[in-house]
Amino acid sequence: MDKVKVIEIKKSVFADNDRDADSLRSELKSKGVYLLNLMSSPGSGKTTTLIRTINLLKDKLRIAVMEADIDSDVDAVKIKEATGIQSIQLHTGGMCHLDAEMTRQGLDNVMLEGVDLVILENVGNLVCPAEFDTGAVRNAMILSVPEGDDKPLKYPLMFSVCDLVIINKMDVLPYFNFDLEKCKEYVKMRNPRARVIPICALNGEGVEAFADWLLEEVTNWKQ
Amino acid sequence: MHELGIVFYIIRDVKQAAEQNGVEHVSAVVMNIGEVSTIVPEYLTDCWRWAADKEEMLKGCELKILTVPAITHCDSCGEQYPTVKFGKKCPHCGSDKTWLLQGNEVEIKEIEVT
Ligand SMILES: Nc1nc2c(ncn2[C@@H]2O[C@H](COP(=O)(O)OP(=O)(O)OP(=O)(O)O)[C@@H](O)[C@H]2O)c(=O)[nH]1
Ligand SMILES: [Mg+2]
Ligand SMILES: [Zn+2]
Repeated sequence: MDKVKVIEIKKSVFADNDRDADSLRSELKSKGVYLLNLMSSPGSGKTTTLIRTINLLKDKLRIAVMEADIDSDVDAVKIKEATGIQSIQLHTGGMCHLDAEMTRQGLDNVMLEGVDLVILENVGNLVCPAEFDTGAVRNAMILSVPEGDDKPLKYPLMFSVCDLVIINKMDVLPYFNFDLEKCKEYVKMRNPRARVIPICALNGEGVEAFADWLLEEVTNWKQ
Repeated sequence: MHELGIVFYIIRDVKQAAEQNGVEHVSAVVMNIGEVSTIVPEYLTDCWRWAADKEEMLKGCELKILTVPAITHCDSCGEQYPTVKFGKKCPHCGSDKTWLLQGNEVEIKEIEVT
């Protein structure tokens, strides 16, 4: 038998992506562009929330949206029609997440001239997107009431990488066994610094708090 | 499919390491996979077989998986305990001021060449 030679590597598979993400972040910093990575399960209300928020902010900030739907451009079209802002479709090639390289390729298709804020609607899933730094300044996620208040316990990584957790569909709270205080507690267990904002994207209640948070974040980033 | 995505990152890193070391064919890749890394080892090896055989350098190359046990450290009493069995709450003192010491690794440990 041939002698086996062992070459030690000892390298995390996420290492290269982490480095790419850091360099994308510093490029965005020098251009004065804020990138938000928005994650959630499918159907939690990302598109509805974005339309409301963009309409509140579009006189104050120049905004663009990147939609990472796997096989349709429905959401990109919906956002463009409802808000009039620049909105593009990102192709994930069937992948369950976006990494920094795919995000950069997406940004190459955005006209960044004068844009203050780019929002990335990530692939709908609570596992894989959490493991890959996209190069965004902040991660945020939307949890909707019907999904249950124990999601932070079941998806610890997702909740530990998010600085903002939006709880959507508050209008249906009376019909579900969802304890908002308990949910906030679970979120803080994963990330003590996380903000929690309850909203109802359908009628717009609470969305202003999210818009204010974004405005402050973008202003700080551009300083 | 999560594991397939991971396999592409492994292939990229292994090819890069092989080239740096002037290696033409890799016979095995040894991975450290944490118990709570969300990776399912069987899926990972299935995806590996399918994707690695498409690469000249990795044809027939075996993926060996070493499991890294998940261990949680408790800040309140300073003890350590197995994460999978007890979760977030320390079995020694009942505190939940605990954090994962090890167990979420997805790491290429080494490659073998013949
Ligand atoms: N009751 C209620 N329904 C809502 C609310 N927000 C969104 N919805 C509904 O939830 C459904 C999904 O909303 P979307 O905004 O498309 O959700 P999404 O996360 O963008 O969905 P995907 O992109 O398909 O993952 C739609 O039928 C919305 O009308 C809310 O606050 N309350
Ligand atoms: Mg959507
Ligand atoms: Zn303890």
